[in-house]
Amino acid sequence: MSTNGKNNTGNEVLLEMRGLWIEGQVEDDWQEIVKGIDVTLRRGEVLGLIGESGAGKSTIGLAAMAFARPGCRISGGTIVFDGVDLMAASEYKKRSVRGVRIAYVAQSAAAAFNPAHQLIDQFVESPVQHGIKSRSVAEADAKDLYKQLLLPDPDNIGYRYPHQVSGGQLQRAMTAMAMACQPDLIVFDEPTTALDVTTQIEVLATIRDIVDQFNTGAIYITHDLAVVAQMADRIMVLRYGELVEEADTRTIMSDPRADYTKTLWAVRSFRKTAAQQQDPTPLVTVDHVTAAYGDIPVLHDISFEIHAGLTVAVVGESGSGKSTAARVITGLLPPKEGRVLFRDEELPGNYWKRSKDQLRHAQMIYQMPDTAINPRQRIRDIIGRPLTFYLGLRGKELDQRIRALLEMIELDPSQFIERYPAELSGGQKQRICIARALAAEPDFIICDEVTSALDQLVAEEILKLLDRLQQELNLGYMFITHDLATVRAIADEVVVMLQGEIVEQGSKDEIFTPPHHEYTELLLSSVPEMDPDWLDRVLQQRKEKDVKASAQMS
Amino acid sequence: MNEPADIDQAQTADALPPARRERGWDAVWRELKKAPWTAKLGLVLILGYVFVAVFAPVLTPYGESEIVGRQFEPWGGQFLLGTDNLGRDMVTRLIYGARNTIGIAFLTTCLAFLIGGVGGILAAVLGRWMDQLLSRVVDILMAIPQLIFALLLLTIFGTSIPVLIIIIAVLDSTRVFRLARAVGANVAVMDFVEAARVRGEGIGWITIREVLPNIMAPLSAEFGLRFCFVFLTIAALSFLGLGIQPPTADWGSMVRDNATLITYGDITPLLPAAAIAMLTIAVNFVVDWFLHKTSGLRDEY
Repeated sequence: MSTNGKNNTGNEVLLEMRGLWIEGQVEDDWQEIVKGIDVTLRRGEVLGLIGESGAGKSTIGLAAMAFARPGCRISGGTIVFDGVDLMAASEYKKRSVRGVRIAYVAQSAAAAFNPAHQLIDQFVESPVQHGIKSRSVAEADAKDLYKQLLLPDPDNIGYRYPHQVSGGQLQRAMTAMAMACQPDLIVFDEPTTALDVTTQIEVLATIRDIVDQFNTGAIYITHDLAVVAQMADRIMVLRYGELVEEADTRTIMSDPRADYTKTLWAVRSFRKTAAQQQDPTPLVTVDHVTAAYGDIPVLHDISFEIHAGLTVAVVGESGSGKSTAARVITGLLPPKEGRVLFRDEELPGNYWKRSKDQLRHAQMIYQMPDTAINPRQRIRDIIGRPLTFYLGLRGKELDQRIRALLEMIELDPSQFIERYPAELSGGQKQRICIARALAAEPDFIICDEVTSALDQLVAEEILKLLDRLQQELNLGYMFITHDLATVRAIADEVVVMLQGEIVEQGSKDEIFTPPHHEYTELLLSSVPEMDPDWLDRVLQQRKEKDVKASAQMS
Repeated sequence: MNEPADIDQAQTADALPPARRERGWDAVWRELKKAPWTAKLGLVLILGYVFVAVFAPVLTPYGESEIVGRQFEPWGGQFLLGTDNLGRDMVTRLIYGARNTIGIAFLTTCLAFLIGGVGGILAAVLGRWMDQLLSRVVDILMAIPQLIFALLLLTIFGTSIPVLIIIIAVLDSTRVFRLARAVGANVAVMDFVEAARVRGEGIGWITIREVLPNIMAPLSAEFGLRFCFVFLTIAALSFLGLGIQPPTADWGSMVRDNATLITYGDITPLLPAAAIAMLTIAVNFVVDWFLHKTSGLRDEY
């Protein structure tokens, strides 16, 4: 069952790219994105491409179809697919290969589906357009595939619109769509990155089954090592468009050669130093809060406390109400019942009824640093505004404080102070968001998925920075995340949420040591591990449990 | 507080692409050189019109409403383009017309943007009843055909220049409102606006410092188009006799005053119309280029 076996290596070569160079247009110049990469893929083999953003992974994936994004061009090299030189092929010939013999599964299924058409209409489009199958045959195939991919109600789900199914189901429908013409090669571009861990595991399992069953070749692109370890036979580590290391999965996982690979492997090793609760009075108390958007209830009777110098991690899948809890604390969503206390003093439910000082004490750092800072303001103004607004700093004093803050977040003031956000990388932008929060001299910071939009190495540095600041300034953190690895790294206390309710809460050690609540157990077991056998093991365990459960039922 | 080693480390893992730092006039000049010929032509024409409008008294041989000859004198000789129905010099009238028509249209457009832009962003940022109130008022104003509504209001309030400016500005601000509200709503839901709200910022700061700079591009493109429409409305109203009143020179009323000449196969009355057409096309060339730049469209796709 496992694709990790080496039984595929004897097969014929399906795709061969030699000396691939791809350039991208930056204003008037062409800059190299991919610098002379060689890729060989055999039939039935899964190749993992891994690297940080900007490493050229997706560009290489698209190049397998001899396609370059608008503003990019393939400037050198050969691409031979099943004996056909795609670089020399006519546009017509390329089009007959794309979608039929090579399929592409995009990162966000929600964005890749047309919201105005039913799933099955989009499924049959490519086989019917290319004249491979009639519509009725294609529809029957779709239902078969939906069944194989374990979608609920496979005969009818195709007649739904994309917004009528969940994210995980949509991603599986997308995989089904890629299989519509029984392609020889599928390019998976981060197919599970946008999903919760509990959903991710289902999608991973189905992708692996389908690749196995049809003996399809696959290129699996991801930045998540643990995921690629489950999926790939062979892994290529990329950086800045160049190959760092290539080896089969087990070798590279157990014995990485290049320094860069080793640092990638060492990610997630960070653990914060355990802190002690010093002050018995909690900084923030959420006291039996119930909240709703209009008539739709989102939070039911939530209570937890956040202490100075400690981090409370709030975990749960999307829709569990963790961000809503943050909105209640900041006053963006007044609670229906219950109250929020700051140092035993009740805060008004609505933010515009709070005093400047009450607002100053609780600051927020957002998930997407791109949208969290105004692109039309300079770094000086972004960090300077809270200083002027709350503390009344001006002139020289203001300038000195901004520089001190930039130093605190490890950015060189003279280099960054006059820049616009567009001139910063994602991690640097997130640092600016942290500096803006610190500028208000808060006691308490809400971190809403602050690392999930960042590469793993960068994310780890942000976590280290937040930890250092916490120790220096004795800050209380509320850390919202769906990533249990992050929780393990930074939390002192953990709150597990499901459908607007707290299912379990306690210190980190309590939560991570059995016995667990059923849902916590599911969450914990769904986090991919570096061990290449992890997925098989978990699936096996779950199957046994189901058997046991049904035996008990009868 | 921290060692330089920390800074180095932060930058190696999260490498910064070398940014091209070029701002202000250099950047503007570089963009201009890359602009298509239509945009360059448009810019030159607009600058020409502005030059003529600003230096009208220096460029003209006679006074604006000075009667210098007989009625409808032919082209050439003392009067380059002849005289009009009252014996005023046509060249002089055309040049002063540029000053009046463009000046009034510009003022009106600015006022329309002030009213519509501020209203639109307020509706986007505040939402709820404020949005409902402003949007419904705008719907009502837009329900009545613009020219007819303008004619009606001008008949009620009389035809002085300030009244003309205010009426057209208010009627045109409805279109600006719609645009500002639509693009402003996209910005108003962004996290940095939420951050400003939670910081406790007032509505003025959010409108002017957070939202406005992010919607300047579509608004300034719209400014060019709106200017053309305002300009044409004023000319149309003047042609109908309810716009700029004599003896002030204006291209719309000049067409009407000299309309009888058409019957004799003389194209003189069409000259002010040509001036209107040329400016409109020039502005549209520039706006097209600007829209193309800001929308990030690529030629090949």
